[in-house]
Amino acid sequence: MDTEFAHRRRRELIVAFCLAAIAATVPLFVKDVYVQNIMVLTLMYGALSQSWNILSGYCGQISLGHALYFGIGAYTTALLFTKFGVLPWFGMLGGGVISAVIAMALGYPCFRLRGHYFVIATIVIAEIGLLLFHNWDWAGAALGIDIPVRGDSWLKFQFTRSKLPYFYFALGLACVAWFVTWWLEDSKWGYWWRAVKDNPDAAESLGVVVFNSKMGAAAVSAFLVAIGGSFYAQFVSYIDPESVMGFQFSLLMALPAVVGGIGTLWGPMLGAVILIPLTELTRSFIGGSGRGVDLIVYGGLIVLISLARPQGLIGLFAPKRKEVAR
Amino acid sequence: MGLLYGLIAVGLALIFGLMDVVNFAHGEFLMIAMYVTFFLFTFFAIDPLLAAPLVAAALFVFGAVVYLLVVRFAVRAKANAGMVQIFSTFGLAIVMRGVAQFFFTPDYRSVPHSWLGGKTISIGGIFLPEPQLVGAAVSIAAFGALYFFINRTDFGRALEATREDAGAVALVGIDKNRVFALGWGLGAALVGLAGAIMAMFFYIYPDVGASFALIAYVTVALGGFGSVFGAFAGGIIVGLVEASTALILPPSLKSVGIYAVYLLVVFVRPRGLFGSM
Repeated sequence: MDTEFAHRRRRELIVAFCLAAIAATVPLFVKDVYVQNIMVLTLMYGALSQSWNILSGYCGQISLGHALYFGIGAYTTALLFTKFGVLPWFGMLGGGVISAVIAMALGYPCFRLRGHYFVIATIVIAEIGLLLFHNWDWAGAALGIDIPVRGDSWLKFQFTRSKLPYFYFALGLACVAWFVTWWLEDSKWGYWWRAVKDNPDAAESLGVVVFNSKMGAAAVSAFLVAIGGSFYAQFVSYIDPESVMGFQFSLLMALPAVVGGIGTLWGPMLGAVILIPLTELTRSFIGGSGRGVDLIVYGGLIVLISLARPQGLIGLFAPKRKEVAR
Repeated sequence: MGLLYGLIAVGLALIFGLMDVVNFAHGEFLMIAMYVTFFLFTFFAIDPLLAAPLVAAALFVFGAVVYLLVVRFAVRAKANAGMVQIFSTFGLAIVMRGVAQFFFTPDYRSVPHSWLGGKTISIGGIFLPEPQLVGAAVSIAAFGALYFFINRTDFGRALEATREDAGAVALVGIDKNRVFALGWGLGAALVGLAGAIMAMFFYIYPDVGASFALIAYVTVALGGFGSVFGAFAGGIIVGLVEASTALILPPSLKSVGIYAVYLLVVFVRPRGLFGSM
């Protein structure tokens, strides 16, 4: 049993490595900028969803306020760069650390809440953040921040001529998020989180410090999402509160994991690979009329997928296992 | 103003608060109700005040149909029930917005010259706009009716029992789907009332629901799930807090006060003010 488990773990690692290697070679064949753009977004959302999945999927604390951390990441990088000339790399790290600290500070009162009360608290906190940034003049208020272009360089993490560096960074980020999840899955924390998700009271009675494990999950999750936010700021080089902290971001982050399979290792990435190209394609091919047909198609698909496969599409790939009814 | 939030929240209190089903399309229900009012006014010259019962009836049917077509399956989901509800109703909300954009275009519309629109009444020197006043009255009546309905009728008890234990309820011969479909219809009908009244003094556009939905969730949660009275109290508190925040903070920050109060309340009382769940 143990060796079978170890085999499976190693196989997952090998599969991930192969997939990453294949993904890395795709830009050699696909030169179309539009398609490359979609690929970058797909990887980014995959990474974000993977990070969201750590707190909401594994630990079961459904957060619909992760846009806050995304926004903090984006703003920290952009503000440090435009106001103080700090390189985006440090901004990225700073944004991640700030987000993780904020996640724990907010988690301190919030993790006592359960169910809907918790979910609404996460939405409301992100919304407060959004409104504060909207009114924060130094940070550009509603107008946002234009990140000045200072030429192509890895040092400044700006590339005007090609999207390839962004692509490889997004791929790297997705790999890191995947690897962190993979590694945590079989760590002490991973087991604690799943215990907390299934039954916090039972977990507590067996010696799991429920509160601390929620805090840990929140910190890791927020850190990774903030890195994604920093990346996004550099990628689009213009941010405003609505575009990095809006409520829809929180949902867009959760959606791939839900579609692919919440609380699973491969679910978020699978969901992103299906959803993001779909979103972009419907938007550009049938959304041009501005009459909302793209919304109808997109929303309809979400309804269908979530109703048809509540456990996520990943179940289609896995060998049949007995469903555990909750 | 608080009673208006209460009015929007009362339908949600029934769906979200009493049946424990998440409805992320609540704002879009409101949007549909406002459009129905608008079209009744434009094509048949029916004043929103008279249209309100018609709108409520239309929304009743709509709510029941939504339950039977979508939510019924979401509630039945074995895995991740919460997420399935969130995202199936969220997807539904997107579809409804898309449909509204498609048929009604994204233009802002309004109902001009309704009987009460723009009129004010003076009570002891304080001028109050009449539509809002009517809204407040309807809101109180709706809450009263719902309270009576839940606590004093067989249907209300059946509804609560179904939420508690659908299996046991089936044993005593209550059809869960029928009860919940009626509950959804009723919740939507209450939103219909709210929409008809709001149409008198708010612009109508496909995204109008989004701005009210979050406050409605907060209102219901503030009062506590499972309590009709709680949602009513929540509505009043939200209105008062909003008005007093507007005095000390710039108008764009007025919602911050509401959100902060929600957080404060649940940090002290994790089940809301009057919550039982």
